[in-house]
Amino acid sequence: MKNPLDSLWGTIISGLVLLIILYVISVNLLR
Amino acid sequence: MELIIDRWLHIWAGITWIGLLYYFNAVQVPGLAAARADGTNAGITKHIAPRALLWFRWSALVTWLTGAYYLERSGIGLTNAFLLRGSAATIGIGAWLGTIMLFNVWVLIWPNQKKVLGLVQADDAAKAKAGRVAFLASRTNTMLSIPMIFFMAASAHFPIAR
Repeated sequence: MKNPLDSLWGTIISGLVLLIILYVISVNLLR
Repeated sequence: MELIIDRWLHIWAGITWIGLLYYFNAVQVPGLAAARADGTNAGITKHIAPRALLWFRWSALVTWLTGAYYLERSGIGLTNAFLLRGSAATIGIGAWLGTIMLFNVWVLIWPNQKKVLGLVQADDAAKAKAGRVAFLASRTNTMLSIPMIFFMAASAHFPIAR
C-alpha cells in the first residue's frame, strides 16, 4: 500500500480525516 | 496588555512557521525534484533551503513558547490544556498537535536536513535516509497542521468541549 504522505493531496486528505476523528472524540468524549 | 502582545506574537510566529511548512511541502519539494532533473538544484540547496529552515525552526519555537505562556497566564492553565480538562480540552488538542509538530521540527526535520544540505558530514546512503525521514516528518506536520489550526481557531470562537 502506498504511503498517503508521499503525495500532497494524500497528506491533505489524511489531515482532514484526522480532523474529523479528533472532532468526534472531542464532542463525544471530552464533554 | 502583555497577553495580547503575547497572543499577537504567537499568531505572527505561527503564520511564519506554518507558511514555511506549506512552502516546503507545496513549493520546495516538487521544485527541487524538477531542479535536480535539469541540474539546477545547487542554488536552492545552498542559498534558499538553509534560510527557509532557519526561519522555520526558530518561528516554531517562538510559536510554542508564546502559546505555552498564553495558556499559563490567561487562566486556562498549561496543565489543564495538556490534560484536556473541561473547557481547556479544545485548545489542549491544538496544543498537543503543536507540541508534536515542534518535536518533529527540532528532532526529526532539522538534524536530518543538516545531513541532506551538507551542513554536517554524511555519506550518500545516510543522506538518502535522512532525506526520507525529514520528508515524512514534514509531511506529518502538514497533516497535523490541518486539525491543529482547526482546534486553535475553534477554542476562541467555537468551543467544542465544555
